[in-house]
Amino acid sequence: MDELESTLKPLMLDGLDGDAQAHARLLKLLSERLRAYFGRKLSAGPADVEDLVQETLLAVHLRRATYDRAQPFTAWAYAIARYKLIDHWRRRKIRVAAPLDDVVEFLAAPAIDADAGLDLTRALSTLPARQRALVEDVKVQGLSLSEAGRRGGLSEGAAKVALHRALKLLAERMRDADR
Amino acid sequence: MRTDELIDLLGADTGPVGKAEPARRLALGAAAGSVVVLVLVLTWLGLRPDLAAALAGGFFWIKAAYTAALGAAGFWAVERLGRPGVSPLSAAGLGGAVLALFVVVALVQGLGMNGSARLIAVRGVSWTVCTRTIVILAAPILAITLAVLRQLAPTRPTAAGFAAGAFSGGLAATLYGLHCPEATFVFVALWYTLGIAVSGGVGAVLGRWVLRW
Repeated sequence: MDELESTLKPLMLDGLDGDAQAHARLLKLLSERLRAYFGRKLSAGPADVEDLVQETLLAVHLRRATYDRAQPFTAWAYAIARYKLIDHWRRRKIRVAAPLDDVVEFLAAPAIDADAGLDLTRALSTLPARQRALVEDVKVQGLSLSEAGRRGGLSEGAAKVALHRALKLLAERMRDADR
Repeated sequence: MRTDELIDLLGADTGPVGKAEPARRLALGAAAGSVVVLVLVLTWLGLRPDLAAALAGGFFWIKAAYTAALGAAGFWAVERLGRPGVSPLSAAGLGGAVLALFVVVALVQGLGMNGSARLIAVRGVSWTVCTRTIVILAAPILAITLAVLRQLAPTRPTAAGFAAGAFSGGLAATLYGLHCPEATFVFVALWYTLGIAVSGGVGAVLGRWVLRW
């Protein structure tokens, strides 16, 4: 526990100062921890777990301004993970109460990779074309943000803003996907 | 989408983040809301005619200090409840202490009066509108505060909503003091406090629905 804190907190602090590599490394380590945590709490299976991991990573990223540098990082991250888990259960209850044809859903469910999330893929497909293209270019092609922006006719600054907006929208749509 | 791909995306979105960002955003929102409320007080209600004399007296400031202190406790609680893993108990303790102190003073004042004087103090000249007006004035600040809170990370939506309402109510009540001439502990402890509490309740109900993320 203390070891985790002493690994993650410096990465978080560097990330808050703008170090993208430290931030990505933090999210990578955190994703492993989240996968284990949600895996223990959910009986539903790997797809649900990964959806929740991804939703939590998005929240941690988009709301990292709420982290106080004097606070333990793990306490902050755990509080978010716990909130996301409870929120997931709450939404599931609503979903179960709605009439649902399980057979149709079973047949329609595509095969999935172990660490691929369905909700995020679905959310991505609902983004406006321009934002989707930007996300696809950075994600799939591995282009840098400025290259991806240029392909879409955006300056680097505009691409940065567009990516941030796209991520916010993705986080929102992921939650809506459950309703 | 694979989680590794998502992490790459999030890495590409990394920029420096300012310190004390939640407090800054909440304060900016509150300042904007206060301007709206001040305009409402000036145009809709009007300043109390004896404002100059009141400013020179003591009770105007005691009343303002009470409502502002409740508002400050609310702000502190909102700021803490907007951040995951942080306890709001210290802020709640401050709010509770301020409330208890003022209520005790009001009880002493009220019990020291004879029956008819007490009734006059309870009713003042505006007991029928005071609470309602404070709740209405709090609405713009509450709306802005909830909007800011949504961008933070409140893990306890009802409590965060209540704190937002109490904060908005306290701030609105302080500005309402520019209009309202009431000058007894009894009146303020009853109707001002009720206005702030109702505003807190409205915030709690709204928070349950609005503060989901």
